[in-house]
Amino acid sequence: MLLIPCPWCGPRDEAEFHYGGQAHVAYPEDPAALSDEEWARYLFFRDNPKGLFAERWSHTAGCRRWFNAVRDTATNEIHAVYRVGEPRPVIA
Amino acid sequence: MAERRSPAAAFAARFEAASAGGGPRLAEIPFLTQIDLRVDPKSPAAERIGTAIGVPLPLEPGTAVRGGDLTVLWLGPDEWLLLGPDGAAPGLVERLTEAAAGEPVSVVDVSAQRTTLVVAGERARDVLAHGCALDLHPRVFGPGRCAQTTLARAGVVLVAGEDGFRMLVRSSFAAYVAEWLLDASLEYVTPPAGEAAPA
Amino acid sequence: MSGQPYRREGATGRVLRFRFDGQEYEGLEGDTLASALLANGVRAVASSIRLGRPRGVYAAGCEEPNALVQIEEPFPEPMLQATTVELYDGLVATGLPGQGRLADRPDPARYDAVHAHCDVLVVGAGPAGIAAAGVAARAGARVILADERPEPGGSLLGTAETLDGRPGREWAAGEVAALAALPEARVLGRTTVLGHYDDNYVIAVERRTNHLGAAAPAEMARERVWRIRAKRVVLATGGHERFVAFAGNDLPGVMLAGAARTYANRHRVLPGRRAVVFTTNDSAYAAALDLADAGVEIAAIADVRQAPGEAWAARCAERGIEVLTGHVVTAARGEGEVSSVETAPRSKTQGAGGETREIPADLLLVSGGWSPVVHLFSQSGGTLRYDEGLGAFTPGEARQAVEAAGFARGVTTLRGCLEDGAEAGRRALSAAGLAVPSEIAVPAVGEEPPAAPAEHLWLVESGDYGTHFVDLQRDVTVGEVLRAVGAGLSSVEHVKRYTTAGTAHDQGKTSGLLTSGVVAHALGVEVAELGTTTFRAPYTPVSFAALAGRDRGPLHDPVRVTAMHEWHVARGALFENVGQWKRPWYYPRPGEDPGEDMEAAVLRECRAAREDVAAMDASTLGKIDVVGPDAAVFLDRLYTNMMSTLRAGSIRYGVMCRADGMVFDDGTVIRLADDRFLVTTTTGNAAAVLDWMEEWLQTEWPDLRVHCTSVTEQWATVALVGPRSREVLARLAPGLAVDNDSFPFMTWRDTEVAGIEARVCRISFSGELAYEINVSSWSGLALWEAVMASGEVTPYGTETMHVLRAEKGFPIVGQDTDGTVTPQDLGMEWIVSKKKADFVGKRSFARADTSRPDRKHLVGLLPEDPGVLLPEGAHLVATSSLPEPPVPTLGFVTSSYRSAALGRTFALALVSGGRERAGERLYAPVGADLVPVTVTSHVLYDPEGARRDG
Ligand SMILES: [Zn+2]
Repeated sequence: MLLIPCPWCGPRDEAEFHYGGQAHVAYPEDPAALSDEEWARYLFFRDNPKGLFAERWSHTAGCRRWFNAVRDTATNEIHAVYRVGEPRPVIA
Repeated sequence: MAERRSPAAAFAARFEAASAGGGPRLAEIPFLTQIDLRVDPKSPAAERIGTAIGVPLPLEPGTAVRGGDLTVLWLGPDEWLLLGPDGAAPGLVERLTEAAAGEPVSVVDVSAQRTTLVVAGERARDVLAHGCALDLHPRVFGPGRCAQTTLARAGVVLVAGEDGFRMLVRSSFAAYVAEWLLDASLEYVTPPAGEAAPA
Repeated sequence: MSGQPYRREGATGRVLRFRFDGQEYEGLEGDTLASALLANGVRAVASSIRLGRPRGVYAAGCEEPNALVQIEEPFPEPMLQATTVELYDGLVATGLPGQGRLADRPDPARYDAVHAHCDVLVVGAGPAGIAAAGVAARAGARVILADERPEPGGSLLGTAETLDGRPGREWAAGEVAALAALPEARVLGRTTVLGHYDDNYVIAVERRTNHLGAAAPAEMARERVWRIRAKRVVLATGGHERFVAFAGNDLPGVMLAGAARTYANRHRVLPGRRAVVFTTNDSAYAAALDLADAGVEIAAIADVRQAPGEAWAARCAERGIEVLTGHVVTAARGEGEVSSVETAPRSKTQGAGGETREIPADLLLVSGGWSPVVHLFSQSGGTLRYDEGLGAFTPGEARQAVEAAGFARGVTTLRGCLEDGAEAGRRALSAAGLAVPSEIAVPAVGEEPPAAPAEHLWLVESGDYGTHFVDLQRDVTVGEVLRAVGAGLSSVEHVKRYTTAGTAHDQGKTSGLLTSGVVAHALGVEVAELGTTTFRAPYTPVSFAALAGRDRGPLHDPVRVTAMHEWHVARGALFENVGQWKRPWYYPRPGEDPGEDMEAAVLRECRAAREDVAAMDASTLGKIDVVGPDAAVFLDRLYTNMMSTLRAGSIRYGVMCRADGMVFDDGTVIRLADDRFLVTTTTGNAAAVLDWMEEWLQTEWPDLRVHCTSVTEQWATVALVGPRSREVLARLAPGLAVDNDSFPFMTWRDTEVAGIEARVCRISFSGELAYEINVSSWSGLALWEAVMASGEVTPYGTETMHVLRAEKGFPIVGQDTDGTVTPQDLGMEWIVSKKKADFVGKRSFARADTSRPDRKHLVGLLPEDPGVLLPEGAHLVATSSLPEPPVPTLGFVTSSYRSAALGRTFALALVSGGRERAGERLYAPVGADLVPVTVTSHVLYDPEGARRDG
């Protein structure tokens, strides 16, 4: 049970959150202009790194805000949380 | 007006019996006014609303403020729940809408969406700790704090007071939460005379 | 104590009566079942799982591999260790052949869970743990001290050491009692920490009334799961003694030396009369001397080392105990239990000379060294490293705010453990930001003789490894480990899986390292190189009842009910689970015994809705207020059809898709004002749709000025359906103009119904003239009772609702769709806007995959025999007999009912290229038969839509 620091509510149990997959995958500006392959890439393809990963979480059982986190997928350590729209912080 | 029935009405007698045994005090406060307010906290509308209801919207996450017969709970960075006495909803909606003055503000009467349960007395924290993962230590979650979280398998809005907690529970979950509270309280209720006390 | 022949003089405590394997015995308060059995001279307690060999008590704690028992009374519980079962009056138990039996009746006890938070959690109330917890708690930290045993003290319970002049057990009890009195400290006895997870989330189980037997108070939870979130964790978990692999090392009477010491000191029980000791290190000497002082004759000590600790050798000499240096035990022998022990010079086993000796003895104490209990440290993500001195793995680098203290990190002296614990306590204080006291007093302890180095011996070599056991619980021998290595396995993880060593419910506490040692020996490598198997939770077995806690029976999952629920119950409705909701399924007509069956009730309810007037509690539908100047734009982007053109006062049906174009949800959209909509969702998807809306608003379209608020339970909803519904509504709402022109289809009106403020929507999910009346949920019951008051309105449930909508071909999301179905697949091309530049899912409709001609379409099916009801889920094939597998399937039945209106059965199905198959005959399995069905349009009733205006 991770303890996830909601940028608003502070640390809460993982069970209060929904996972939203890879962060910074924007809805395409003009989907109609994309090739089938490009669209399929948006729909179905995500990174799956071992190590630092920027991902989306929503504090569904709390403030219902979406936010981003940089988590180390190998250790589960959350190195940073930041709000939607903010750039991914650089982790030393 | 036709008869109203609150979501935990059927539990009144059992709450009373449990409360009489030295365990936590359990009760429903029915029909409170609850208004969900969404507004940009930095907007002039937010400030006007604060003036209109007599208390500024709390900006610190997880805090509640009182103003007159209203309690304002922080639910999210642009969301508050206003609690007031039975029957206050129409007037309050009007005041809020007026104060918004055309700015994009959402005011929704959700009075019947949740009911209010009281878990008070000495063992209140112990009982809630059976189902609530928050740290309810008085230094961490004392009077003036509120939180949206879960109790057992139900979402709740928990508000800390001087003598315990108010818990806002979705109406459809009220019976489940009431049964859960009664079950969790059992161990703290002094058994009627003649039965053995826990060792 | 004539009844307890192996009980030492001077034992005190209340006499308890118990039964084991059908025999009556007496024990003493404070006994474990194991110590009580030993006191009575019971040597063979259980038998082994594969070989059926007799097995006796081997250890004195949770590491016990042998003495598995089943409690029979007061409630059956399988697979317990006699060494951890506290004796109580009336206990009835049996020894197990490696496997137990589940209870044949429901467990009457209560179980629960509790969350706790602390600055520091100390696991283990031995000397290091007590020291750590004491330092932290006295300085004001929030401390939890958990220990698995009934009383604190850890290793002190088994030894004769004194602290500050007090016996260890007494010192520990005093310290812990003082700790427990501090306001921010909590002491959890009989509490085993099972798992150490991310962010110092720690799970422990407290056994609260198990030891009370039938006297346990019924209202008290028997076991409690502690869910602890600790800022810092100190693992003062001590160590487990290991044995050595030699012939017959499983015979009853072979026992770990430290365990024997515990039985003699703590329980005042002699585990035998005449003992041989076999050791690789100094610790067994303390055990041997304590046992000698207690009256056990120590026939000899076989020490694998040439040079044991001098002080120990001297003490043995004083007592006339023979020490055989450089010797091993080659075999334990006896019929069913140890009667003699064979020793030999170590060189002999390695092929050199020397005499073997057969020594009569009923007890063989073994010490192959001690392993720190690193299970939790490893679970928490910490690395382990091999300590050459200890011959065991110790904690390396921590991944979390956790540290080991005392013997758990390899500190071997009592003084060292006390100091180490105190230091851990200081570090916990500074981590919590609390003031660290400068001076910390450590209790005075007796001088311990300097330890001579241990020599690590895993295996006594032999020509026959058939009874050299490595894992006693799994009956794995050295022979099998060597076979595994011979088969080419060189990783302990692989050997573990091949041989099952370490996989029993003791999780290899005594055998894990021994297995590594034997594998290393066979491969000719160092144990350090080979490593150890992974430690996983739970540390000790845990009952499923404890894990379930309060979440069982009616509290297993929330039951959500509507405001009208009490009425449905009183009326005898049967209920259907829809998500967590209980919805009336159908209402069998009262009076007849046993009442109508479902088929008759549903046909009657359907007839009422189509021919007369009927009502359903529709309160469970999800409802969301969507408010703001951009609300219309927002809904245009989420729904496939156009919502911005809807006029205030009107209602439109809509479908939402995921970005992949698959149907996600459907429902009606009510425009309340220019900037205000009320959206309804399916019952099961209410939360998901709200989350979906928030996700788009917050992450993609933060510029849209829209807010969404759930009002699902603000409103109670009654669907009033049927040709006479207008007439009933007119009577209930005298202020409402109900004629078709004043109140047309797909519009709504605010009015009073039965004196209650209401919003009435003219929508229909059945094709009939119908209304949905919404009132505050506080008044839901009053409205429902008013609708039912005249007795002319038939209540109907979800089954009838399903039949009515299926007759009209209206799909139910989640029943007729499964996340792979587009609106076009459902025959709803018309709901997909061609005008909008974009909406969620639109781009996917241009993918080749979504226009494949063989996509599954929603169609109707009519069984050729109108009485045959197809099972939902049945697959459809093209031939009247099944070909050889794999059988090509054309699709499957999604909904299937008997229709009163059609006078026959019918079904909906998703069928490959289904729309092109109208009139085709397919086959569906019903029981053992393939029955013919005809493909038809999915709209089977009133295709012209003539009935909705009444
Ligand atoms: Zn939050």
